[in-house]
Amino acid sequence: MLTEAEQHEIEAEAAHYPERRAVAIDALKIVQQHRGYISDATLTEVAVFLGLTRAELDGVATFYNLLHRKPVGRNVIWICDGVSCWLTGYGRLRRQLEQRLGIQEGETTADGRFTLLPIVCLGACDHAPVCMVNDDLHHDLDPAADPDRMNKLLEPYR
Amino acid sequence: MADALTHPLTFNLPPDGSMLALDAYRAGGGYQGLEAARATAPAAITEQVKASNLRGRGGAGFPTGLKWSVLPMGPSARRPKYIVVNADEMEPGTFKDRLLMEQNPHLLLEGIAICARAVEAEMAYIFLRGEYTLAATRLRQAITEAEAAGWTEGFRLHLHTSAGRYMCGEETGMLNALEGKRANPRTKPPYPGISGLWGKPTVVNNVETLCNVPGILAHGVDWYRGLGRTADGGTKLYGVSGRVQHPGLWELPMGTTVGEILDLAGGMRPGLKLRGLLPGGASTEFLTPEHLNVAMDFSAVQKAGSRMGTGTMIVLDDQACPVGMTANLTHFFARESCGWCTPCWSGLGWADRILQAMERGEGNPGNIEKLEFLTGFWGPGATFCALAPGAAEPLLSAVKYFRADFERHIVEHRCPYEGWDA
Amino acid sequence: MPKIHIDGRSYDVAPGQNLLEACLGLGFHLPFFCWHPAMGSVGACRQCAIKHFKDEADAKANGGRLVMSCMTAAEEGIRISVDDPQVVAFRASIIEGMMLHHPHDCPVCDEGGHCHLQDMTVMTGHNYRRYRFSKRTFRNQYLGPLINHEMNRCIQCYRCVRYYREYAGGADFNAFGISDHVFFGRERDGVLENEFAGNLVEVCPTGVFTDATLKQHYTRKWDLRWTPSVCPHCALGCNTSPGERYGTVRAVFNRYNSAVNGYFLCDRGRFGYEYLSSPERVTLARQRRDGVRADLTPEAALAQLTQAAAGVAADPPGRWIGIGSPRASMESNFALRQLVGAERFFAGVEAHEWELDTRIAAILRQGAVHSPSLGEVERCDAALVLGEDLTQTAARMALSLRQAMRQQPLREICDPLKIPHWLDHAAREAIQGEHGPLFLATTAATKLDDIATHTWRAAPDDVARLGYAVAAALNLDQDTAGTVTAEWRAAAAEVADALLAAERPLIVTGVSSGNRGQIEAALAIAAALAVRGKHPAVSFVLPECNTLGLALLGARPLPEGMDMVRFGLAHGAIVVENDLFRRAPAEEAKAFLAQLDQHGGHLVVLDQIRHATADAAELLLPAAGVTEGSGTLISSEGRAQRFFTVAAPTPNRAESWSWLEAAQGHTPALDDMVAQLCALVPELEPLRQAAPPATLRLAGQKVARETHRFSGRTSIDAAIEVSEPKPPVDPDAPLSFTMEGYAAQPPAALIPYFWSPGWNSPQAQLPYQQRINAPLRGGDAGVRLLEQVAGSQFPCAGEPPPRFEPKAGRWLIIRLYHLFGSEVLSGLGRAVGSLAPDAYVALNPADAERAGLKEGDAVRVEPDGRRGYQVPLRLLPELPVGVAGVPAGFAALDGAGLPHWGTVTAEAPHA
Ligand SMILES: Cc1cc2nc3c(=O)[nH]c(=O)nc-3n(C[C@H](O)[C@H](O)[C@H](O)COP(=O)(O)O)c2cc1C
Ligand code: SF4
Ligand code: FES
Repeated sequence: MLTEAEQHEIEAEAAHYPERRAVAIDALKIVQQHRGYISDATLTEVAVFLGLTRAELDGVATFYNLLHRKPVGRNVIWICDGVSCWLTGYGRLRRQLEQRLGIQEGETTADGRFTLLPIVCLGACDHAPVCMVNDDLHHDLDPAADPDRMNKLLEPYR
Repeated sequence: MADALTHPLTFNLPPDGSMLALDAYRAGGGYQGLEAARATAPAAITEQVKASNLRGRGGAGFPTGLKWSVLPMGPSARRPKYIVVNADEMEPGTFKDRLLMEQNPHLLLEGIAICARAVEAEMAYIFLRGEYTLAATRLRQAITEAEAAGWTEGFRLHLHTSAGRYMCGEETGMLNALEGKRANPRTKPPYPGISGLWGKPTVVNNVETLCNVPGILAHGVDWYRGLGRTADGGTKLYGVSGRVQHPGLWELPMGTTVGEILDLAGGMRPGLKLRGLLPGGASTEFLTPEHLNVAMDFSAVQKAGSRMGTGTMIVLDDQACPVGMTANLTHFFARESCGWCTPCWSGLGWADRILQAMERGEGNPGNIEKLEFLTGFWGPGATFCALAPGAAEPLLSAVKYFRADFERHIVEHRCPYEGWDA
Repeated sequence: MPKIHIDGRSYDVAPGQNLLEACLGLGFHLPFFCWHPAMGSVGACRQCAIKHFKDEADAKANGGRLVMSCMTAAEEGIRISVDDPQVVAFRASIIEGMMLHHPHDCPVCDEGGHCHLQDMTVMTGHNYRRYRFSKRTFRNQYLGPLINHEMNRCIQCYRCVRYYREYAGGADFNAFGISDHVFFGRERDGVLENEFAGNLVEVCPTGVFTDATLKQHYTRKWDLRWTPSVCPHCALGCNTSPGERYGTVRAVFNRYNSAVNGYFLCDRGRFGYEYLSSPERVTLARQRRDGVRADLTPEAALAQLTQAAAGVAADPPGRWIGIGSPRASMESNFALRQLVGAERFFAGVEAHEWELDTRIAAILRQGAVHSPSLGEVERCDAALVLGEDLTQTAARMALSLRQAMRQQPLREICDPLKIPHWLDHAAREAIQGEHGPLFLATTAATKLDDIATHTWRAAPDDVARLGYAVAAALNLDQDTAGTVTAEWRAAAAEVADALLAAERPLIVTGVSSGNRGQIEAALAIAAALAVRGKHPAVSFVLPECNTLGLALLGARPLPEGMDMVRFGLAHGAIVVENDLFRRAPAEEAKAFLAQLDQHGGHLVVLDQIRHATADAAELLLPAAGVTEGSGTLISSEGRAQRFFTVAAPTPNRAESWSWLEAAQGHTPALDDMVAQLCALVPELEPLRQAAPPATLRLAGQKVARETHRFSGRTSIDAAIEVSEPKPPVDPDAPLSFTMEGYAAQPPAALIPYFWSPGWNSPQAQLPYQQRINAPLRGGDAGVRLLEQVAGSQFPCAGEPPPRFEPKAGRWLIIRLYHLFGSEVLSGLGRAVGSLAPDAYVALNPADAERAGLKEGDAVRVEPDGRRGYQVPLRLLPELPVGVAGVPAGFAALDGAGLPHWGTVTAEAPHA
């Protein structure tokens, strides 16, 4: 069962659309916000709530890249691999993060603290390279300019 | 001095990057365009926008007034009519709509309100890419302010945040995404103006496009056309990224030249030379140093063999690998292909693998020709939507301008720029 | 008629087509994948590219523009090129693109040899693999016993998901993921839920979805021996092509008939053939004397039957009776009737149902009512269904109705927007969820509810009353049934308005509710519509493949026959293809058999399957089923259709008619039977035209059942006999059992399989059509017997039944239908049988609660005066209070004469 909060948030979104299935994506985002990722059980719950089949909902869930169908760490680091970042230090940043976290892109640290994922150009190219940690954008991250920046930056994400 | 008449999109943005609140916006003449529109008949608004020569800033440059005029009007029109604001901004190297939404959201809302009046739309959705969390917060705040002040009278407005995918920026893919479906593109014709969101008449416009509209209504068509240096009216947000001294974004008269814009960015970083540039995002053809005098407007850039696209240029210097850059771009397109049409889903993946192999030193003779073949395979007309043809543009032009680099990758079995980003 | 210009030549084409349809119809070999003749165009695969020129100057100057032929209208004056080198090369590269990840596993792929991808690869000339990287791979899913899944073969044409979700209305299937790794299947392993999933096998252009039953005894398409046939598993008469090898049917394919099944079958029809190899089959003749059973040689069997037939002739009239069957052919029923005499020929149909069957036959005979073909059903634009759960009782009609419900919105929404109806996704987006008016008045929920404008759940009598109310609402000047109208006033007005507003209104009803009132109500509505100037169609859904045929032939009700034995008036019975225990209450059937035995009487049974009646027979003869013999069936539309022997004849089995004829010393010949039948029942005269006579020769030849690539001909029997045996001969069909024969297109009724040069897959159906989706060249198979006759009077509809009143502690026990399990033959098949529900009784939850029962409880369901049975309880929320449902096909209650009042009680232990 979806929690009351989840249901409430989904209903609030649904009010803006002429038909209920339109909130499929919003609903998945909402439950992911609460639960970290969309497990098979979660998918079923959302499907039941919206009156869709699992197949219908999973077809949507597997299309969009901000939806996680597998567990992720408590914090998700999205490294921008857009072309401007690529030109200005993405490689260095990624290597630094992979080393520091001991994981490759697409993996989660053993302590479940971080998942490292690539992301499409984050639209902050004038401050490349950038990454997003959860909902926060961090820019001008070239380790060549400030090797310690990223380390400090990750501190508060527990 | 930047003012409302020279820099209508950005003149009074707070320098600290904060949002222009409603009062400040009003103080700078905000919502005067909407007031003017409210005193104008819907069809006449569209006529003004047509006369202004405003062309879509989402990349394709479609005349905005013409787009609006397609919608059926009057009591017999199918309803509700919708406006969908394309705020998906996922084109690599593009960062212009973000600025407008984070700092000047009321300008966008005013543009939407004018559009809603012009096409008699009942509902507007802002389709915002999910990663733009700050823009989401500020847009919500602005919507609350505008609603309270009565600026959204006559239509309803909702901010939809996406779950990611470049395809959502393609206007019909976006409609599917808004309906909660997989964001495959839709058949055109019928165009959204005839059968769009939920099969109803729909306007899809880019954020920057709509931000141009209030000025046109407030200050008039002649003023607007006079702003640009060329036939395309108005100002344009031009950006520069890559290894230049001062990457950034500027509102300049439409038709400012490539060289002038690069100068604003302070030229290349020390020790680097300009090799080429993508004038308007990832899906445009490379230009080279010989194109510095090309005016950045829709027709001049086209004449030079590229497209103005989003007007945010990505600069390639002489020490970064052009093949690597092309590989990065192609990888992006391949990953984002929606998987609907054969040339795109199969051809992009193939090109991606070839380019990655080249970068690893595993290129083969014939690879360049294969890439050329593939760009034709997924070129204009061959695919269902413009994603794959967009992917062809940087690749084909890279092969054209940097062919020697591609050849060296194959012959030397390594990337000759190896270690450039160490 | 638009004139179009292709590579400099001009052609006239039918209006309203796209260029792909036009080109294919003109015989151009233009490749395609995502377009499907029944599903329209979506432009995904890009395979059908052609060149489009603005005008002649454009052709010269600019070389034209690449466009997708499937997405472009074949408009007057349009100039295109199919041969332009650029598009030719492009089309080859599309295949190359699709093949990047295709496993190239044709030798081990079930699709090999009838694969659209293979055909298109050859057609485009792509032949060299340039891709050198690894292929993406997928995990396959278990999708149930009917369909096999091999995802690596996928070429991402989206046909499957479009068919399953958009065309067939399934929801447990989708496309997942993006880019070059889109997965098509279910969200997790599990049996596909849609009743038409089997068509994926033909819709998928490659080997992703293949027939899992074929896999059990796999044979390449070209090695199968094919025969035109008709599905025996319901009354709709879908045309099929069963394929046989080594004496057994290996698979059933769709056989295109624009007026009936088009391109699609239901899963019962496609997979039901497996009953042919069920252990319940009667394979040898057998006698039973003094309780001892012994197999008989065919000669001995015939001798015994001859003796019995002689007895029939020798006995004073009435000493022998014949019991016919709605699942036996016209010829078999007729032969029996001839043998015993019309007065002693009884319908092997449950008495109550027979009354309804004959009523329907009488109505259709009268000529006032138009009985539509399935093709017409698919084009209706408003429909009212009274009492039929179509997806379960006449599945293919449910699929047609689903498409029909798009007609009105296509017209009203798409036409003004100039969206061609074949532009499938654009049309669907414009229409959104809109459906034409479809009204379902049934006793339980149905699988068409999702597209219904309105559904009503009511006891059978009340469904009938709703029907009467609609008729009353249409009947402006005479309110025939005031009380009925009051009860259903709003509903009736809604339905009446919709039917009046439609161009092609349809009323569907049938006998599955066992309710006479529903049939009469349908009639009353049709009559009222006719008065209002409409031309309504009425579809009467009948249960079995030849129910209407038997009713048209005429037979006396079964109880009268049983009485003859009971009262000692008869002492012998010949039962053709029937189990009396499903046709009469078990006690009565048992008594009948006991009485026969007591009187020293005789029981001869001819059937293909074993059952209680067959077990009791003194003489049991293996009757050929539809795929093993020839004959004619009359579908509920009133269409007579011929089926022919698929398997080569063996002395051990013959059609019932053939046994009976031989036993009378006649040389059995189908065409003779048909001639006699037509002579005696003039009304059936057109039946003669159901198929050409056996003597037909085309260019001096018969039509070949085997493909020209059939292999193993000289060695197939080498294990038995090294010399090549003489091929068997079919005296009853202008069809040969070999590959020799007429090579061009034969008349539709004789098309064994579809093949033409370059077209090996099911798409080979297209070149046989007059134009895309039109009738086959020379006309579709079958002949309609009961056309509307101008000026005929509508039969009088009679009074509405009284309102249904629930009774405390008692229930009206009705039948609920299941595609899998409610039909006897298919239910014996391995896969279909495994999907059939176990016996149960269903109650409304409120009823159950009142009775202190809960889901899963063991309860005793007992129709009044009949034996009771213990079954588990199911709760069925939409079932009306006071009604209990048992599954049709639950053998114990099949003959109980449902609906019937009775009790449902908690089963006391050892009661
Ligand atoms: C693959 C693809 C992605 C696109 N992404 C965007 C986008 O993120 N933002 C945008 O405004 N337009 C985008 N477009 C262009 C839109 O399809 C459309 O042309 C635009 O929103 C129209 O608005 P305009 O006329 O105001 O420019 C994209 C097009 C394609 C083919
Ligand atoms: S070009 Fe084709 S596969 Fe690519 S995004 Fe567009 S429709 Fe999808
Ligand atoms: S058949 Fe025309 S695009 Fe697929």
